[in-house]
Amino acid sequence: MPKLLKAIARLFWRDLTVAMRRSTDILTPLVFFVIVVSLFPLGLGPEPVVLRTIAPGVIWVAALLATMLSLNRLFANDYADGTLEQMALAPYPLALLVLTKIAAHWALTGLPLVLISPLLAVQMHLPETAIATLALSLLLGTPILSLLGAVGAALTLGLRGGGVLVSLLVLPLYTPILIFGAGSVAGVIAGIDTEAHFSLLGAFLALALTLLPWATAAALRVSLD
Amino acid sequence: MHKYASPKFFYSLAGQLIPWIAALTAVLLLAGLYLGLFVAPADYQQGESYRIMFIHVPAAWMSMFIYMLMAGAGAVALVWNIKLAEIFANSCAPIGASFTFLALATGSLWGKPMWGTWWAWDARLTSELILFFLYIGYMALQASIDDPRRAARAAAILALVGVVNIPVIHFSVEWWNTLHQPASVSKIGTPSIHPSMLAPLLLMAFAFTIYFVVVALLRMRNEILERERHTTWVADMLESTKP
Amino acid sequence: MLEAVDLECVRGDRPLFSHLSFSLEPGELLHVTGANGSGKTTLLRTLCGLTRAHAGEVRWHGTAIHKLGDDFHAQLAYVGHGNGIQGDLTPAENLSVAVSLSGSADIAQIGKTLERLGLAAYHHFPAKILSQGQKRRLALARLVAEHKPLWILDEPLSGLDVDSASLMTTILMEHLAQGGLIIITSHQDINVETKTTLHIRIN
Repeated sequence: MPKLLKAIARLFWRDLTVAMRRSTDILTPLVFFVIVVSLFPLGLGPEPVVLRTIAPGVIWVAALLATMLSLNRLFANDYADGTLEQMALAPYPLALLVLTKIAAHWALTGLPLVLISPLLAVQMHLPETAIATLALSLLLGTPILSLLGAVGAALTLGLRGGGVLVSLLVLPLYTPILIFGAGSVAGVIAGIDTEAHFSLLGAFLALALTLLPWATAAALRVSLD
Repeated sequence: MHKYASPKFFYSLAGQLIPWIAALTAVLLLAGLYLGLFVAPADYQQGESYRIMFIHVPAAWMSMFIYMLMAGAGAVALVWNIKLAEIFANSCAPIGASFTFLALATGSLWGKPMWGTWWAWDARLTSELILFFLYIGYMALQASIDDPRRAARAAAILALVGVVNIPVIHFSVEWWNTLHQPASVSKIGTPSIHPSMLAPLLLMAFAFTIYFVVVALLRMRNEILERERHTTWVADMLESTKP
Repeated sequence: MLEAVDLECVRGDRPLFSHLSFSLEPGELLHVTGANGSGKTTLLRTLCGLTRAHAGEVRWHGTAIHKLGDDFHAQLAYVGHGNGIQGDLTPAENLSVAVSLSGSADIAQIGKTLERLGLAAYHHFPAKILSQGQKRRLALARLVAEHKPLWILDEPLSGLDVDSASLMTTILMEHLAQGGLIIITSHQDINVETKTTLHIRIN
């Protein structure tokens, strides 16, 4: 068992180190997220009331798209250079190794989105009470986005047009998270109790954590076949 | 069991069954349409326009039902490695997508007299729309993988993830809808059902199911021929049917 | 002991080979030859369990490998076409990740292994500055550091210069002498002196 933990820690460390040494990789989705949100006031006019109404949806949709953009990075490099084969042939459950990679991916893309979201909330004139809700909803929601996205990324490995295809596969599956994530922020603004939203997001996260690494591992084995 | 699952045996069995089931489909469809369009009374609120329900509702049912069948067949194909289950799952997707499209189109047509608009973000229509996207994703994935067996396995995994998600999507869309629904728009749905309406509705649902079976069998026969074109039995059969 | 029983592999709908059976004992080397596209890589990947056989099965000590799963992987080292090297990590980091993934946590060996394969001078440089041949050597360094009994190697000598190739041959012979099993594809002749060398030619 310690060997398994050591392998997992090593893999996590590796993904983080590689990303740190290639830091543009981390910045791209984050900058994309900020730019997309900043475009809306330019398109709609800077009316605070309007911005406040659309902000939860806009920020959440931008988070979905930013996550989507980064999915390619999850397995494509390892697939191209043969590391993925070594993972599939490791004497450990592939689903656990996959979960490790997803965790690293989230730490590099999802977490920065959560951290920068208060800034965007201010930019979009969200009331102060909604800022914490936004960050919390993203904190619960973005791991689910990474987990669901991993299945799509694994299924489209090595396919022509993989980047567009993955959005086709993954975006419809993202709808519940968008609804409850954006819904919780809108709820706080409207003065509705949002406990149910968070319970449901938490339940989705638990479900995604238990099922999706296995589905991703199965998809990777199919892609390696 | 193994004999029935062999593509060769299935091919000839399906060939014998298709004419009979096709005839049954025609009879059921005509009977259902007759009862629904001419016999069932007009709705006291919606007048004649509610009759589109006899197409819309069974189509919506079928779209969900076929996705579940597709995922089930995919699971069977993944676990037991049965070729016929792969072929069945593959032939389901376009039919299911067509039913979903039919449900969307009829829902939109129904929306015009009811709400005065071609599209309303009604819960069922929105769910159907997302289901339609799921079908498209499934077919796009399958089309972009060259090896048919690999394509079938990848698509099966996607369908299984989708089928777990469908109730979640359905539930979340319902929730979203109740929050955002303006009070003036009444919910689309089956009007309080009178037995004279229920009979044609169920008949249509049954007819659609049988129709699905016919089309699935036809598509499966096609795909069997394509996949097995290098085998001797296909060659023999083609030889014997030459004029 | 590795056995292939009545293996049949297809690519798309084109059959590559069928009814392929052999068994390989400790200390033996199997050299697979054949033209490009004849299915050598597919055979090797099938023997690893990466690709599913269309028919037949592969057994390790009498049990089918898909039943053994991770227990079989613990015995196996595979070097495919890809080197499995991350260009932004140093050779030592790459090797330590590979070794800990493979389950033989002999991290202490890494420095020595790199030295033996002539990569010690590059200890602190990112692996992307290595040449093709050096990258191949780094990929093969895994074999030395991991101590697995069964080696499956797909064109291990491609891109290697004469000295490296002969070093690799020495390493292969040592492995066989210690009772290891090797399955290899190679366009070059492999001058390994052992008790038994099997040849399979796929057409």
